[in-house]
Amino acid sequence: MDRRTTLKWMFAAAATVPALRVHGYTAEPLARDVAANQAGYGTDPKLMQEWKPGGPWPLTLGVQARLTTAALCDLIIPADDVSPAASSVGVVDFIDEWISAPYPQQRGDREIILPGLEWLGTESQQRFGKAFVALDEQQKSAIADDICAPARAKPEFARAAKFFSRFRDLTAGGFYTTPVGMKDIGYTGNVPLDKFDGPPIEALKKAGLA
Amino acid sequence: MPFITSADADKNTYDVIVVGSGAGGGQTAYTLTMDGARVLMLEAGRRYDPASETPMMQNNSEAPLRGSGSPEKPFGFWDATIDGGWNVPGEPYTSASDDPARQFQWWRARMLGGRTNHWGRISLRNGIYDFKPHTRDGLGFDWPMDYADLAPYYDKVEMLIGVYGGDDDMENTPRSPNGVLLPPPKPRVSDLLVKQRAARVGVPVIPMHRAVMTTRLDHNRLPKLLHPGNEKAQAILAADMQKRSACIWATPCGRGCSIRANYQSTTVHLPPALDTGNLDIVTDAMVRAVTTRKDGKAEGVIYIDRKTGAEHRVKARVVVLAASALESVRILLNSGIANSSGKVGKYIMDTVGAGIGGQIPLLENMPLHNEDGADFGHMYTPWWLYKEQLAGKLGFARGYHFEFGGGRRMPDMGTASGLEWLNGGTYGRKFKQDARRYFGSFVYFSGRGEMIPNEDSYAELDPKVKDRFGIPVLRFHWKWSPHELGQAAHMQKAAAEIIEAMGGKTSSQPQPGEKAIKQGGVIIHEVGGAMMGNDPKKSVTNSYGQCWDVKNLFITDGATLCSNADKNPTLTIMALAWRASDHMLGLMKKKEL
Repeated sequence: MDRRTTLKWMFAAAATVPALRVHGYTAEPLARDVAANQAGYGTDPKLMQEWKPGGPWPLTLGVQARLTTAALCDLIIPADDVSPAASSVGVVDFIDEWISAPYPQQRGDREIILPGLEWLGTESQQRFGKAFVALDEQQKSAIADDICAPARAKPEFARAAKFFSRFRDLTAGGFYTTPVGMKDIGYTGNVPLDKFDGPPIEALKKAGLA
Repeated sequence: MPFITSADADKNTYDVIVVGSGAGGGQTAYTLTMDGARVLMLEAGRRYDPASETPMMQNNSEAPLRGSGSPEKPFGFWDATIDGGWNVPGEPYTSASDDPARQFQWWRARMLGGRTNHWGRISLRNGIYDFKPHTRDGLGFDWPMDYADLAPYYDKVEMLIGVYGGDDDMENTPRSPNGVLLPPPKPRVSDLLVKQRAARVGVPVIPMHRAVMTTRLDHNRLPKLLHPGNEKAQAILAADMQKRSACIWATPCGRGCSIRANYQSTTVHLPPALDTGNLDIVTDAMVRAVTTRKDGKAEGVIYIDRKTGAEHRVKARVVVLAASALESVRILLNSGIANSSGKVGKYIMDTVGAGIGGQIPLLENMPLHNEDGADFGHMYTPWWLYKEQLAGKLGFARGYHFEFGGGRRMPDMGTASGLEWLNGGTYGRKFKQDARRYFGSFVYFSGRGEMIPNEDSYAELDPKVKDRFGIPVLRFHWKWSPHELGQAAHMQKAAAEIIEAMGGKTSSQPQPGEKAIKQGGVIIHEVGGAMMGNDPKKSVTNSYGQCWDVKNLFITDGATLCSNADKNPTLTIMALAWRASDHMLGLMKKKEL
């Protein structure tokens, strides 16, 4: 069989066995299923205990999918001179937690993210003959440039662009909520103060208020 | 032994049973016990201790899903609400219509203190017009009282719970007497920019009133004013006030407050009430019905222990329902009493809600500073178009106010998300730069308007459906009138004008009212259903929440409200509850109850 026929066959097989989604050329499942009866954290979770991804419900992404997730996170939020890359502060665990959650919104996102990761694997193979994680920055960017702007994306990339938007939002939320991300973006609150002084004069001047 | 078991409650005797522990129940129990009455409080939810259960200072990366809301915690993981939301497992309600526009969403919390633990703490007084709306425009109902009747109780509640606010005195937006309010927090940059630019389109902006302590309460002065001649009450309150800290300007108020810097029934009303020794509380006690004696007076209540399913009966001289407006309505309907007027369940109301947001280039790349402040609004816009409305220029009756917010607030899943409408869609270093640039440059305006009670919005018992305790549930009927829809459209349009006057652009276009308005119940300002009035044929209670048909049965939650002014109802509920409790005490002393 040639490459295209193999792919077609594997996708057809995957479509009938949801748990056996293929990831690029590997037969490893992209992710384990979320159990239909998977419970959430409940209506009275203990707020004062420590919560970590994998605690309230099992993570489900497979090894390859986590690597792809890490590579894409870091393409969206790479290290720069202000802060490190997204994957270094737990964003992969967070995205895994999110798409493994039993709630309707997250189950909906799972139906965007998993096919998107699958698309990314296939697209990388078709364009460059390698898995997404093995691409160099230029090659990754070549794909990202086609899907990063939903309004500009060509019709054949419309679904992938929708995936990219959602993935970017999850990456951003995952990153900027961490102490590292909060510092990067300029959030200096969440510290107890004796008094609240309001804005400094420089801020008022900048807004034309002083 | 203030928190007691059902078995103990069965043995004891009480002057008053109070059903519910939120704003109405908390205030009622406070006022009664401070004056010596023996009170049994029944709460359907579990015991809750803010001191040990409030997540202070945790950031969102420490929560599942970065703290986002879920069906199990609709307002986010850290939100104080326990076993609550628009859906409570095992406790359904139904809608008479399949049309979402004709449905009512009912928010409940099953915890000590109820919804007061998570609410927004916005504490606005009704104004003079708000008590006589029918006289003013021929719609809805007048209250059986004037502003002057309730004003002293607004003063008392504000002094007790601690409310910040300004001294503005605007049309139908009363100021509080000197020495009652705490100073408002300093405005944020976005507040001042809204104020400057809104003025250009004729919209006023003044300090918000919220139940958050910007300074500590004066424990020497206030207890004497609140409890004149009652030295024991003064001493208890003075001691308790010293245990409350002022705001530390961190941690969202919706989580509750372990240092008791804002109002929740569990941190303000219940501790001193318990200290009197006159209050017993049974939690997990789901009241089914009020029982009556042969003479038609209330005897007590039947409740179900949520944990064991066992049914209990308790008795008292007086029964007070403060279970939340619609839960009290449900209890009355299931009891089959106090309804000779046929008005129980009628005229239920929520607040009209619509909003719009925008991005303001002037607020980009602000010099770094901490903008947490007192969490929610430091300033707001009271309704300002009374004259235009009176002249018939608006096409709808009654007003709304704007709550608005902006600035660099604790990042959550909304942070740096959905930026495509501003930057097209970027990634990499450019995305990180965009995230920094836009963070804190957004403003959002939430309009909150007055719904006029109507014949098509009411609750009744569902003829078939019961909850897991076997108690018949409520079935809702709902309909907005053109007044509410007109308000909702006006809210979005007016907010868009302010955003444009700030040099910004809105993230969506203003919509017609039917599209702009939030579904009934979504603002969680349920009131009405057992309206007070002067005429026993047309109302359920008198102005003290005393049922016309059952003299020793009172209602002190939002059910008795005759209108739902744009002012958030909680402060009014507390003021009414204090007034009703004073009346109750007077009648008990005269042996008339």
